[in-house]
Amino acid sequence: MSGRLEVMKTYKLYINGAFPRTESGRSYEITSNKGEFLANACLASRKDLRDAVVAARTAQPGWAKATAYNRGQIMYRIAEMLEGRSDQFAQEISLQTGASAKESLQEVSDSVDLLVWYAGWSDKLPSLAGSTNPVSGPYYNFTVPEALGVVGAIAPTNKPLLGFVAAVAPILVSGNTAVVLASSSAPLSAISFAEVVATSDLPNGVLNILSGQQSELAPWFASHMDIDGLDISGLPVDQHGAVKEAGVENLKRISSFQATAEPGRILAFMEAKTIWHPIGN
Amino acid sequence: MSFYGLVDGSDSSLRNYLKQLPGVDQVGAEARAAMLATRSIKTTSKAWAIDTAISMVDLTTLEGADTPGKVQALCSKAFRPDPTDLTVPRVGAVCVYNDMVGIARQHLDSIGAQELPVAAVSTAFPSGRASMAVKLQDTEDAIVAGAAEIDMVIDRGAFLSGRLIEVFEEIVAIREVCGDRAHLKVILETGELVTLDNVRKASYLAMLAGADFIKTSTGKVAPAATAPVVLVMLEAVRDFYDLTKVRIGVKPAGGIRTTKDAIKQLVLVNETAGPEWLNPSLFRIGASALLNDLLMQRMKMSDGYYASPNYVTID
Amino acid sequence: MIFEYAAAPESRSVVKIDPVYGHFINGKWVNGSSHFNSINPATEEVLSQIALGTAADVDAAVKAARNAFDKSWSKLSGRERGKYLFRIARIMQERAREFAVLETLDNGKPIRESRDVDVPLSAAHFFYHAGWADKLEYAGVDTTTAPHGVVGQIIPWNFPLLMLAWKVAPALATGNTVVLKPAETTSLTALLFAQVCQQAGLPDGVVNIVTGDGSTGSAIVNHPGIDKIAFTGSTEVGKLIARAVAPTNKSLTLELGGKGANIVFGDAAIDETVEGIVNGIFFNQGHVCCAGSRLILQESIADEVLEKLKRRMDKIRVGDPLDKNTDLGAINSAEQLAKIRELTAAGEAEGAGRWSANCELPTNGFWFAPTIFTGVTQAHRIAREEIFGPVLSVLTFRTPAEVIEKANNTPFGLSAGIWSEKGSNILWATQQLRAGVIWANTFNKFDPASPFGGYKESGWGREGGRHGLSAYLKGSAK
Repeated sequence: MSGRLEVMKTYKLYINGAFPRTESGRSYEITSNKGEFLANACLASRKDLRDAVVAARTAQPGWAKATAYNRGQIMYRIAEMLEGRSDQFAQEISLQTGASAKESLQEVSDSVDLLVWYAGWSDKLPSLAGSTNPVSGPYYNFTVPEALGVVGAIAPTNKPLLGFVAAVAPILVSGNTAVVLASSSAPLSAISFAEVVATSDLPNGVLNILSGQQSELAPWFASHMDIDGLDISGLPVDQHGAVKEAGVENLKRISSFQATAEPGRILAFMEAKTIWHPIGN
Repeated sequence: MSFYGLVDGSDSSLRNYLKQLPGVDQVGAEARAAMLATRSIKTTSKAWAIDTAISMVDLTTLEGADTPGKVQALCSKAFRPDPTDLTVPRVGAVCVYNDMVGIARQHLDSIGAQELPVAAVSTAFPSGRASMAVKLQDTEDAIVAGAAEIDMVIDRGAFLSGRLIEVFEEIVAIREVCGDRAHLKVILETGELVTLDNVRKASYLAMLAGADFIKTSTGKVAPAATAPVVLVMLEAVRDFYDLTKVRIGVKPAGGIRTTKDAIKQLVLVNETAGPEWLNPSLFRIGASALLNDLLMQRMKMSDGYYASPNYVTID
Repeated sequence: MIFEYAAAPESRSVVKIDPVYGHFINGKWVNGSSHFNSINPATEEVLSQIALGTAADVDAAVKAARNAFDKSWSKLSGRERGKYLFRIARIMQERAREFAVLETLDNGKPIRESRDVDVPLSAAHFFYHAGWADKLEYAGVDTTTAPHGVVGQIIPWNFPLLMLAWKVAPALATGNTVVLKPAETTSLTALLFAQVCQQAGLPDGVVNIVTGDGSTGSAIVNHPGIDKIAFTGSTEVGKLIARAVAPTNKSLTLELGGKGANIVFGDAAIDETVEGIVNGIFFNQGHVCCAGSRLILQESIADEVLEKLKRRMDKIRVGDPLDKNTDLGAINSAEQLAKIRELTAAGEAEGAGRWSANCELPTNGFWFAPTIFTGVTQAHRIAREEIFGPVLSVLTFRTPAEVIEKANNTPFGLSAGIWSEKGSNILWATQQLRAGVIWANTFNKFDPASPFGGYKESGWGREGGRHGLSAYLKGSAK
């Protein structure tokens, strides 16, 4: 026997700025890609999802009303906080996926840079996605892009941190709030990300993180009438059809993406509002 | 009838008058209020401001659970806010529900505080939802019991649905009951009026109808006395003075909890209506917790170190 | 006055000023060969000795900038360039109080303004442009664009740090390197900025700061190794620069003078309009190119507005710029004070009615009381020439068509203000006005996302927003 005994981390959910356990009391084993025990993660229930959506909806108007500058600064701070925890996250990635230390650190750096990239969009996208429109008549006509509301996301597995960040950042930057379900087999990076968010001035409820079985919860995401949009990049393609069908009930805006850095990922969860105003004395 | 020579008491006259008032740009008003909130009031001016604020407090208890004991304790505190320091001025008034007025007046008289007025809320405070007969009786009862000041509420439902003349006539009727026995504060409940344009219109309506004071809120609804609202009301009394040579008072109530908040109010008064309004006959602050914060700040100014709630009385 | 505000001075101890400064070239401090005094215009106290940049100093800076462009800056990805700018923005936020106090000491503007406007906006400018560095392909400019290379930037004394931010941030974001000359009377915050560049680890030579006077500026304008010039200052000097640059291949943007019309319609929200008028001409002592220096009142409300304006002006607190309650600070220099005096004397001589706020001016330093001239017409000098001080010329109008004509009747075209509660009226007026920045029911609002610049003799090009990027990228246009 040598060395000291490590105090192991308990992985909980992140809802409304707090760290509750799943209301169902259930958990499931997370193992490394070699099958070694890593942790018991919460097996979130549909009720946890329900609570997360309530938190996200409550937080959404305030987050959307914040200035684009303010949102960008907060997202940049999330990047700052993640950068400071590079080693922690790299280690967690290696344990889950078996990636080398170098590869894992690269994934963390890529995630930080991706956050910075998206942060920089907050006060620029409206200048590109909005417009003044030359209508025929004495009217000032302009289009403004607006945040959609509450957006859900099912995070991918293969790059557990980068894929998660690629889902989260474009949702938040425009003023949406998010409920994200981590990868079922490799959720630790997503859950630990809550520690980064909790130290970043992000208001409670803007980002909510659940861990659990995607097969169990995806249908509840899809059918929830108070979720406005859904990123299903993390779901196997053969499940997309069923999710899209269930989402029709409230005409959910549902997308999945290939690339991580694309302004289209932001625009997919925005609306466009066009306004007319007469010009004259 | 003529109200300051500006309206004749008819619906059309009132409507026309209120309609021609200039609008308020919300963003501009908020920016002005925010700029004035950056004033740095230190040392001698801070000491003066604290004592002035104390003298302007309408120390208030308006709870369903109020009892004679609670009201008497409040009255003692109002007259002698700090028993260990008799240089602390007494507050502006004590404000209670009208069935507590007698108790308050009796207690104040018994401790030598005859000069300290009792203000009563009336007209079915806070909602204002009752018959006119009830509201008139409410007011009369309070005055008979010893209230020198009446804080009435306007009928917000009537205001918001455009029945302005009804709001006006209610105030006129209550003013008549008060006569010269009591001064009348008219509570606009600005949180329910929502827009600054409405605040301006309601301010003028109240002044024209005979208010001695216009008051922001009941304290039961948030938002209450925000800076832009108080700014617009101060502009109204300033402009009303230009028109009529009569000075109407202003009372913000609700949400003013700290010395900083109170000093910001005094700066608003100073740079909007003017220094003539910086006394309790023209400016009051409706508050309860504020008084102890003022006392703690007063202690810090004289002692030079931060105070603790242990050293001020809870009532 | 009952409620006198006791003195509330911001402490000077937060900032350390060296007795003498050199230039910041290639990431290092380089001694100057001769120096001149920089004074605090509120007290005439000497703050420091600033180096007078020679042609040789400029040459060294240009070489350093060229080297940095070729060897390091152009080799970096936009993403990495952006991260340097994010660092700079964050450090400026961290050192905000230092910058604010220094700006007030050097420029004479009230600490409330440098603290609440200049410094936060400067940091915001770097933060905004940092995010563009790796997104230029989306900016809607020509896809064949590339940075110019080395840009020479000459900035004025009215917003020293903010003008530096407006110039340096987009230049760096687009991949250029910089040689910047701050104004003669206000070099100190630029020199503190050099420290921020060092703290951010910015590669040597990407930003170079050469202090000096008109001769230094000339050396920059004429240096063959500079690809693009950006200048903010007077129209007079702007034209000199434009003539010097005309026979060359250098790219040029200019942000020059103005004589902004601030138009008040009869249906305006009066109290907020009065605040906007005061802000429009007394903010920053009126040392603002886009100042609302011509107030044009609809006759129907002229008297009411003037009465309220005078009452409001009497509340303007003039005095120690370091006092947190000061509204109006010192005039930046003896030279500028003389100009203001000359033009206001002309106003009186030409028959306009002069009224000044009742305020006590300090005996030391350069001061001018807030002043309005009524009964001004377009023919008066004070309606045509930029005074660049706390002096407002007041004219009147009867109809919308008339006010548009008056507002546009000037060689300038930088800014305009419109006060009206009627939306369609505002939009109609904005359509007619020949001005690059129009404020409706507000004034003097700036944002890194909002393009700024003038029509006509107020300049060439825009700064800020997507439009501002194109100045720093060489597309197909010349």
